[in-house]
Amino acid sequence: MPRKPFETVAMLQTALRSGGYLASDGLSVSLFLALAKSRPLFLEGEAGVGKTEIAKMLARLLGRDLIRLQCYEGLDIAQAAYEWNYAQQLVEIQVQRVEAPVADNLFTKKFLIERPLLKALQAHPAGPPILLIDELDRADEAFEAYLLELLSDWQISIPELGVIAATEPPIVIITSNRTREIHDALKRRCFYHWVDYPDADLELAILAEKAPEAADDLQQQIVGFVQTLRQQNLFKSPGVAETIDWAQALVELNCVALDPQMVDSTLGVLLKYQDDIGRIQGSEAARILTEVQASMIQSELSRQ
Amino acid sequence: MNSPLPDKPDDGLTGPTGKPVQPKFDQNIMLFVRLLRRIGLPVGPASMIDAVDAVRAVGVSSKSVFYHALASCLIKRPEDRQLFEQAFHLFWQNPKFMERVRDLLLPQIKVPGLDIDDREDMLRRLSDALADPPPAGDSDDTKIEIDASATASEREVLRCKDFEMMSADEMQAALAAIKTLLPELPQRRSRRWQHRQRGGQLAMRAALRAASRKAGLVLPQFQTRQTAPRPLVILCDISGSMEHYSRVMLHFIHGLTQHQPAVHSFLFGTKLTNITRQMRQRDVDAAVQAISISVADWSGGTLIGSNLQRFNRDWSRRVLTGGASVILITDGLDCTPDGDMSALQRLHFEMERLHKSTYNLIWLNPLLRFDGFAPKSHSIQTMLPHVDDFLPMHSLQSIGDIADAMQMIGRRRSKQLIGWQKLARDAGDTARRYISYAQIKGAST
Repeated sequence: MPRKPFETVAMLQTALRSGGYLASDGLSVSLFLALAKSRPLFLEGEAGVGKTEIAKMLARLLGRDLIRLQCYEGLDIAQAAYEWNYAQQLVEIQVQRVEAPVADNLFTKKFLIERPLLKALQAHPAGPPILLIDELDRADEAFEAYLLELLSDWQISIPELGVIAATEPPIVIITSNRTREIHDALKRRCFYHWVDYPDADLELAILAEKAPEAADDLQQQIVGFVQTLRQQNLFKSPGVAETIDWAQALVELNCVALDPQMVDSTLGVLLKYQDDIGRIQGSEAARILTEVQASMIQSELSRQ
Repeated sequence: MNSPLPDKPDDGLTGPTGKPVQPKFDQNIMLFVRLLRRIGLPVGPASMIDAVDAVRAVGVSSKSVFYHALASCLIKRPEDRQLFEQAFHLFWQNPKFMERVRDLLLPQIKVPGLDIDDREDMLRRLSDALADPPPAGDSDDTKIEIDASATASEREVLRCKDFEMMSADEMQAALAAIKTLLPELPQRRSRRWQHRQRGGQLAMRAALRAASRKAGLVLPQFQTRQTAPRPLVILCDISGSMEHYSRVMLHFIHGLTQHQPAVHSFLFGTKLTNITRQMRQRDVDAAVQAISISVADWSGGTLIGSNLQRFNRDWSRRVLTGGASVILITDGLDCTPDGDMSALQRLHFEMERLHKSTYNLIWLNPLLRFDGFAPKSHSIQTMLPHVDDFLPMHSLQSIGDIADAMQMIGRRRSKQLIGWQKLARDAGDTARRYISYAQIKGAST
């Protein structure tokens, strides 16, 4: 029976919150299941919604090592799993020529260079590490297929050496930005969670955590503005990371309340496509701002 | 295990841990999974066992936790989330519905008046509509009566004949012939390296690896970049004006998808539908059947601009990676009124964006079968400047030409295309003056 680091979903959520990561219910349940069942967690979502951050936070909370594999096109076994130390092998051959040849086997663990995937299978003093396979969609399908053995049996086959299996399976978190569809065979081995943009309450709580220097009113305005922006049919909606950046930028500019000029001049922090900026800048931004301010006043009144 | 469910012995299902599971509850999960399959979610038996196991792990004390536990095991694609949510609320919150599903799924008894029947009816209607062979002209029938054997000249006639004019038999022959005319996808250099005996770059790592096997004798090894087929995206119009060609095109797309791994296809009329999954089915008729269920807008109007916008926003970043080429199949006749400048502006904008984000954009247009074709429609004038090739697609001959055009990818524009684009530019000048006038007017008011 795999051991559970957290007894209940609520405990996990509280622990994450204490570390400064505010997870939605869905994400907490998926993460809890992944930990309890020793299965990989597959996180998909737009850029900047906190997919990579959860792995870092988990490593910090559990006091485990974080092993990160950043994927890119052309990533192969030599960079992801293992490689032989050829230079040292050549030296060994020279040594054996001079001295009496003892063993002719050059393919032993002594000459093996461990790369992230193999490292994650080794025993770690602090417990099984967190293996973060980041942006898997950037690697090609051949690499994805290579992961199948690792993720279902927690082992890597090295032709010259044999099978290296994990004593305790690592905690695996896979992220994808969906620039390509990941094959079902890999998804089947994982718990899947689509990381969505947070709702207004959660985003406000995140902002209070990450940009406490911003005044309460400003935080509310920022969240209201960003939430409205996400409904605007933009080419790329701003993520949570952009919201936090924006709040910090506004604090840096000594801004206490949003006004149209301030929004226009800092819109580049939120939106990264010229077409989107062109659409929102000016009258549209002013309109959204008025809407946000009106709804804030309304909720203020209803509270009184 | 802190499961809230009582561990009482059971003659039915057991979980993967071998422990007996509460029978009634598991049965309900099983029914729920069957319901999900019915509405089209791909849920395998392994996922079902996972779901049972997951529910035991988190307990059933909170509705939200229960929901998310099932969701993380049973949803594998984001587009299924909405369906799942609706099914979940219907199934788990309404005991009556649960009973009805039980009646429907377990002993194969049909409950009249349930909406699944309606759907089946709709399914049949759609597939019937699709399977109807195009109407045959009278002259074609007589020709077949005279000589039905496939002589060489007969085959030549078939090759050049317009799909619209074909009889049912000829259509069958043409659909079979399409399989032999599929283009090879052009290649691009990938970032992976491949070892070579000679030529290319020196491969130090491979040389050292070989040396450690040859007692330290270092011989040079070489490597070059591997090639991989460019991904292909097909956007196919299924509006009323394209009706006679959509069946042929579906067969064409199916052949390509079977033949090559990196082909994504979409149909559009008034809305855009991704049909890649359905096209992966081996059997072409099953694939067409599956598509007829998922596509709701056969033979209606076309909104090219808004469909391209949808594609650019929702799909382009997911399917246009790795230097993809795009085939756009449409007659270019948008059903927005000709004077609607904002729609034309949008079409211009989205077409330009599509063109810029692809390696190569080929437009197949059945209207090119007419000798006197000229880019008169405003929408065609707007689209023409943003394509790399403009080809007909009305006969087997022209489908064969697509294969050649695909291999010419990355070369200069053809003389013919330059001619078309000049025509469109000249004719479009008037239209553009209108647009700028409308802009000035819009800005001043």
